[in-house]
Amino acid sequence: MSGLHPSKPFPEAARDKVNQPQLRANLRKVTHTIREKRLRAVGELPHWEELRLLGEATKDASLANLSDRLLQLEASVKARGGQVHWARDAAEAREIVVRIAQAHQVDELIKVKSITSDEIELNATLQERGIHAIETDLAELIVQLSHDTPSHILVPAIHRNRAEIQALFNRELPGEGGLSDSPAELAGAARRYLRHKFLTTKMAVSGVNFAVAETGTVCVVESEGNGRMCLTLPEVLVSIMGIEKVLERWEDLSVFMELLPRSSTAERMNPYTSFWSGVTPGDGPQEFHLILLDNGRTEVLADATGRQTLRCIRCSACLNVCPVYERTGGHAYGSVYPGPIGAILTPQLLGMQDKNANTLPGASSLCGACFDACPVRINIPQVLIYLRGEVTAEKGVTAEALAMKTVGYAMSSGWRFEGALKLARVGQGPLVKGGEITSLPGLLGGWTQSRDLKTLPPQSFREWWKERERDSE
Amino acid sequence: MSNAEARLEMLTRINRAVAGVQAPALPTYPQGERLERGALLHQFQDRIEDYRASFMRVPVADVAGAVASALAGAKRVLIPTGLNPDFLPAGLELLRDDPPLSHAGLDGAEAVVTGCAVAISETGTIILDHAPDQGRRALTLIPDLHICIIRAEQVVQSVLEGVQLVEASVQAGQPLTWISGGSATSDIELVRVEGVHGPRRLCVVVVEQIPAH
Ligand code: SF4
Repeated sequence: MSGLHPSKPFPEAARDKVNQPQLRANLRKVTHTIREKRLRAVGELPHWEELRLLGEATKDASLANLSDRLLQLEASVKARGGQVHWARDAAEAREIVVRIAQAHQVDELIKVKSITSDEIELNATLQERGIHAIETDLAELIVQLSHDTPSHILVPAIHRNRAEIQALFNRELPGEGGLSDSPAELAGAARRYLRHKFLTTKMAVSGVNFAVAETGTVCVVESEGNGRMCLTLPEVLVSIMGIEKVLERWEDLSVFMELLPRSSTAERMNPYTSFWSGVTPGDGPQEFHLILLDNGRTEVLADATGRQTLRCIRCSACLNVCPVYERTGGHAYGSVYPGPIGAILTPQLLGMQDKNANTLPGASSLCGACFDACPVRINIPQVLIYLRGEVTAEKGVTAEALAMKTVGYAMSSGWRFEGALKLARVGQGPLVKGGEITSLPGLLGGWTQSRDLKTLPPQSFREWWKERERDSE
Repeated sequence: MSNAEARLEMLTRINRAVAGVQAPALPTYPQGERLERGALLHQFQDRIEDYRASFMRVPVADVAGAVASALAGAKRVLIPTGLNPDFLPAGLELLRDDPPLSHAGLDGAEAVVTGCAVAISETGTIILDHAPDQGRRALTLIPDLHICIIRAEQVVQSVLEGVQLVEASVQAGQPLTWISGGSATSDIELVRVEGVHGPRRLCVVVVEQIPAH
């Protein structure tokens, strides 16, 4: 796997993965641990649902005026001494980074974890041009040293256990050799290795979590402090952002600084967040470049149903609640964007003609858990059904066949029926006319060609039964 | 270079994509129940300790003593140019960032003592706007121990209030650093490890009764 492009259809990739017991055990542990913690972090805020609505509206407002927002961002970054570059596609973005690196004659640079730079396959291109990019996030370093690819947005090396990391660090890190498998000791070795790099490397590359048009402020959210190191110590900083990351006003950031950490790492707040506006004399990099990346995003924006995908703040909450992700892991999705968000974002960015990517909307049980978890209320099941319909239109392959095949590989049976019902309720909203559903897209389309469907009751029998038992306890 | 061309094409694509799309009205910002001053400071303490950072609340006369105990024997201490010297105990080897120290020079410090701009009780977050009592960003990044002195009245309840209070600094072009506990990672089997690259230890000293100046 590299970048966005899956090399196999999902059902095939998933089949290889579900047969790996160690992988499944690791995944189960991480998804369940984070999932439970997240519920606690979210439960602490009684106004969580209102925050989600505000997050949704704030992003939608920014997207509706996206060109104005980007022009405003460009002007404010420039006014503060930064430089702004526009990149239509991955190749253009890579060339901009290479040119900056060459202008400073660097043969090594440091990086903060950035899915956007993985999306454009930056490291490989830099390597070809004789520039070594060092990942500084602990998990990304593990992935890089083992010539592997990330499997989770938040914990990219979650498919590796401590014994593997112990062997890797003892072999690959200069001056190490006798490390035990204690996570603290392994993290300490990474600290020793990277500290020298932080203090001496001239150029850094980062992603961007949010950017504020009005003030030209760019924001990076992180935990380890490697972000602060890369954003503060080098002389030259290049930050790459998808164009959908822009917000209008400074105050807009507030709601996302509430939504993101609680949804992502299930913390009240992540340990470190850095904000900077262009160049600050005497503090931090004195040369700053911001790259605005399209790479398929304007196509997504043009689609009325798919557009909501661009609200995504990459928190990974949808991965951790997804029964398909839990069984297959991130690699099965074949793209830097795994899980439910990957199942809708990857095929949209690549176009529905991509014959591997267009199997991804089948990678779902349609249970609706991802929508409930999403802090910006992306209706992932709705987009999945819609994209399945697009695939059918594109290829003449029936969406049911595709979906069922996937479900067959990845699912056990018990909850499947319940999940399908729950989804149907989520998805039916816009389709109901006078208490009846007259047509359903994609998966269920076949049913309604010959008959109308009764709308589903608000609760299934099984759900009602469970609740009844809970109440009587 | 095709930057102008790429820019024009992207803007054209965007305008075509959202032609006729209306921006929704924003709902009002929801806020939690308001806490009394005392409860708010307790909440702040609870959140800070939950991050496994240490917390002290002292009258202004005792700040130097609190800093001395937080230093736990560390001697080479970095201080920003605008820090109130009364907050520091005697007998330290003070490293001042004036003229600015090299990266290697900063790396020689065992601890750093700073003020802050605002703190948020609901999330246990300290916001630095890098004013003279906090120094440039590298000062609070490189030493292993960060002692942050916060006036009690700088603690507000919500993220929104914190964001609003630092807006002027942002408009003035200042960078911000938000700190919530010490640096941490859970990348290896989800086991939490404190301190990877930033300061491994954070100590918060809340000062009561600072006379206005
Ligand atoms: S789709 Fe929603 S839940 Fe999933 S990563 Fe994006 S913001 Fe988070």
